[in-house]
Amino acid sequence: MNLSRREALWVGLGGLAAVATPGAVLAATTEELTSAFTGGAAPGTDGITLTAPEIAENGNTVPVSVSAPGAVAIMLLATGNPEPAVATFTFGPAAGSQMAATRIRLAKTQDVVALAKMADGSVKQAQATVKVTIGGCGG
Amino acid sequence: MITRREFLQASVAASAIYGLSGFGNWSKLAAQQALTQDQLLQFDDFGNVTLIHVTDIHAQLKPIFFREPEINLGVGDARGKVPHVTGADFLKMFNIQPGSPEAYALTCEDFTALAKGYGRMGGMDRVATVVKAIRAARPDSILLDGGDTWHGSMTSFLTKGQDMVNVMNALGVDAMTSHWEWTYGTDRVKEIVESQLKFPFLGANIFDAEWDEPAFEPYKIFEKGGLRIAVIGQAFPYMPIANPGWMFPEYSFGIREERMQEVVDEVRAEGVDLVVCLSHNGFDVDRKMISRVKGIDVILTGHTHDAVPEPVIVGDTILIASGSNGKFVSRVDLDVRDGRMMGFRHKLIPIFSDVITPDAEMAALIDAERAPFKDQLEEKIGTTESLLYRRGNFNGSWDDLICDAVRSERDAQIALSPGVRWGTTLLPGDAITREDIHNVTSMTYGQCYRTEMTGETLKTVMEDVADNLFNTDPYYQQGGDMVRVGGLAYSIDVSKPIGSRISNLALTDTGEAIDAAKSYTVAGWASVNQGTEGPQIWDVIESHIRKIGTVRLEPNTSVTVTGI
Repeated sequence: MNLSRREALWVGLGGLAAVATPGAVLAATTEELTSAFTGGAAPGTDGITLTAPEIAENGNTVPVSVSAPGAVAIMLLATGNPEPAVATFTFGPAAGSQMAATRIRLAKTQDVVALAKMADGSVKQAQATVKVTIGGCGG
Repeated sequence: MITRREFLQASVAASAIYGLSGFGNWSKLAAQQALTQDQLLQFDDFGNVTLIHVTDIHAQLKPIFFREPEINLGVGDARGKVPHVTGADFLKMFNIQPGSPEAYALTCEDFTALAKGYGRMGGMDRVATVVKAIRAARPDSILLDGGDTWHGSMTSFLTKGQDMVNVMNALGVDAMTSHWEWTYGTDRVKEIVESQLKFPFLGANIFDAEWDEPAFEPYKIFEKGGLRIAVIGQAFPYMPIANPGWMFPEYSFGIREERMQEVVDEVRAEGVDLVVCLSHNGFDVDRKMISRVKGIDVILTGHTHDAVPEPVIVGDTILIASGSNGKFVSRVDLDVRDGRMMGFRHKLIPIFSDVITPDAEMAALIDAERAPFKDQLEEKIGTTESLLYRRGNFNGSWDDLICDAVRSERDAQIALSPGVRWGTTLLPGDAITREDIHNVTSMTYGQCYRTEMTGETLKTVMEDVADNLFNTDPYYQQGGDMVRVGGLAYSIDVSKPIGSRISNLALTDTGEAIDAAKSYTVAGWASVNQGTEGPQIWDVIESHIRKIGTVRLEPNTSVTVTGI
């Protein structure tokens, strides 16, 4: 998966790298990915903002953005996808802000999780339920 | 900011002088068995600015009957709260006399008898009379339309909303927001907004789908009586999900709570005196949104068609719900000083069409709009001996008739009909005209499809729609009612989560339980999928009614509701 400007827009100049997770031979679970990222630290919930639609307009391309001022890395997980890992964004010292926006495919209604690692090694977590619906009948 | 305590004082102060609310005046009228236009319009001016709100007119230019719901269940925090209070409970909650004009206007209690006594409601010529009277008393008024205006009738369908655009321009609307407007497609919406509408088409949450950037005017600042008033528009958030997204693929919607906060902050930073949100979110979504977005003084809600006689106060915000189909006009007088709202006085004005004199200019315009189609509209197709209505969480009698028509004309075991909240009412003994059929079916994607579905798919569809209605988090509710079914019985436990609400699916003809692995013939209409094929639903219904001549419906016992 290549991230083009259309698929991923990020704020911040210099020192920013986005690494799209390649399709793994064996899909790592949300728990495995989380513990590898946090190193076992219990995440806090303040200082991180995850923005996602409540109901996806199109499950194939769901806009998601996450902001965590002061983060050195942000990992995005789609917990209900066959491959939960979406992307890990890393921020160098010259990054103007620690925010990333991308679009992801969601197989079904699920929680999207964002984890941010701070410079002091602490971790922050935010999550949002995104509903993937087959369509309803508006009033 | 104004505190809740101050707010209640303001409200109580108004009540002490004028009774519990604008509705307090009615009991007297009911006792006299007489209504006059002056009494309906009676309002002692208050404060220094007035908001006039209409919403969800659904293109009803002429007076109509509209039966309010019998069943309108609230779940989660909304359980048992307005607007999820109906019938006798509603009368008790608002201290309304059974049989009174307000009981007729606001509930389904004894509907047929009261409708025959009090007559039709609405009509844009009557609305025009009321609007002109308010403006004469209060030159510093702002008239706001919450959307679902261009859709819902045969004439609006045939003119692609032109009749409503002309009428709303003539009414002098100051701003609107949108929902079904989009079902005419992007090109038509842009044509109207850019070259015909004499007022802004607001939508802070309408974004360009590709770049995720704001695409429409988010707000307009009005200068009235020396005040600067910001009106922020919020379009229906679930446009591409609840309606066919392929008709407006350029745009993305959503609640976008953080965007609403951003826009409120922006207008506050500009130093406005009052912030009004003109919303098509639906009542429960708006109640949640104003508990989280700070700085909105007044939210004028729409979409879920609730008529609530008193404002609901959430924190520092008042929430106003003005009903649907032109049945009501809300007048909200506000005392705005020192950059904040100090108090309000409100009246939900019922538009009794036999009491309020039609505005002659508007009546002439409406007649002119209808003239080219008059013969088509008025052609009698049949007669009904049953009360025909739709509104309510589950099948209404109109839906039963529509499902009968769909099953019979399309030769299907099961019929599905959308749980939209629009659709006017006919009384027993009424003729059914072509216009009446369009009033419950009109849309730009009315093809009546026929297909096969497995029992498993049927259950998935039912669960999905039920979750749009009964998810305990209002942000996941789309604001429609449950899909209507014909030939199919089911039980629903509204207190359960998605996947476990629906059970006991069975064919009504044979009583046979639905088998998840088996295929069934299913016909329905209003599919959001592009390329749906079939005859238009109104033609299907017309053909069915012509065959049966007179409609007589048995009470529908196919849906069992638990978990209330």
